[in-house]
Amino acid sequence: MHELSVTENLLEITLRHAQKASAKSVTNIYIVIGQLSSIVDDSVTFYWDLIAKDTIAQDAKLHFERIAIRLACLECSHEYQPDGDDLSCPKCHSSHIKILNGEEFFVEAIDIEN
Amino acid sequence: MENRVSIIENILGANDRIALDNRQKLDRAGVFAINIMASPGAGKTSIIEYTVKQLLSSKKLAVIDGDIATSLDADRAAAVGAIAVQINTGGECHLDAIMLREALSKLDLDKIDLLIVENVGNLVCPASFQLGTHKNVLIASVPEGDDKPYKYPGMYRGVDALVINKIDLLPYVSFNMDYFKRGVEILNPNVATFSVSCRTGEGMQGWVNWLLERIASN
Repeated sequence: MHELSVTENLLEITLRHAQKASAKSVTNIYIVIGQLSSIVDDSVTFYWDLIAKDTIAQDAKLHFERIAIRLACLECSHEYQPDGDDLSCPKCHSSHIKILNGEEFFVEAIDIEN
Repeated sequence: MENRVSIIENILGANDRIALDNRQKLDRAGVFAINIMASPGAGKTSIIEYTVKQLLSSKKLAVIDGDIATSLDADRAAAVGAIAVQINTGGECHLDAIMLREALSKLDLDKIDLLIVENVGNLVCPASFQLGTHKNVLIASVPEGDDKPYKYPGMYRGVDALVINKIDLLPYVSFNMDYFKRGVEILNPNVATFSVSCRTGEGMQGWVNWLLERIASN
């Protein structure tokens, strides 16, 4: 439950880029979150309504793109999505793996009105 | 007119930048710092007490304690001889780099060899916030269950050392060490692991030696 800190950072990033682009308002915010980042979308939206009030981003709609976990086996090079809690390679059962996707956590873009 | 502005900026980038400042401040003063994370009740404060007692004769130690409220943990660290600073997070579930920066300003860093930061008891949020310490340490405990690496991959992935505490309770709880360690190995194959009982002292020397080596090479 660290969504308040996360939402504060999100607002800071949004306003900084909006001001740099001389925006009158921000209409959409596109956020990319990997499945391994423990963030609850609804909670971010809840805090957003409270802290973005009276800023040029107060009416912005938040869009969350979830990136699925994708792993690569370092033994047999197989690339796969894990099934349940077991992250090991389904082909050779090795536990030497690398995370390719799932740890993303960034603001991709915003839409602004000038 | 509506325009798209491309950004691609890490949402916790501001925290990471302050963490880097904290690290530079620690390095300038020659302080080796660790961030201890765990669930509530795993034995963070007890292991810190034990560690302080072992090292106090040879090293200058400080402990920064993060808690939602109260100074109980800092009081315990101070009682065994460490310089102690309490951070009350006022409800926040984790420490962040700004809180650590504030706490560092209350310490005379030139007079410290080892700084132990005790994070808020929680296996989720602290994993996302780098503080600027040199090593992240996780304390697991046997009664929590052997499924924790599978349920909290973010935490188990991001640490440099793992202390498995309360092994004296292994005969009394259902904890499959092989299953637990397999979960850890997948997420974090190079983590330094210590099986200990803080209560009996079993295995604690390995942990203390690991710390001494890190302090010496800092």
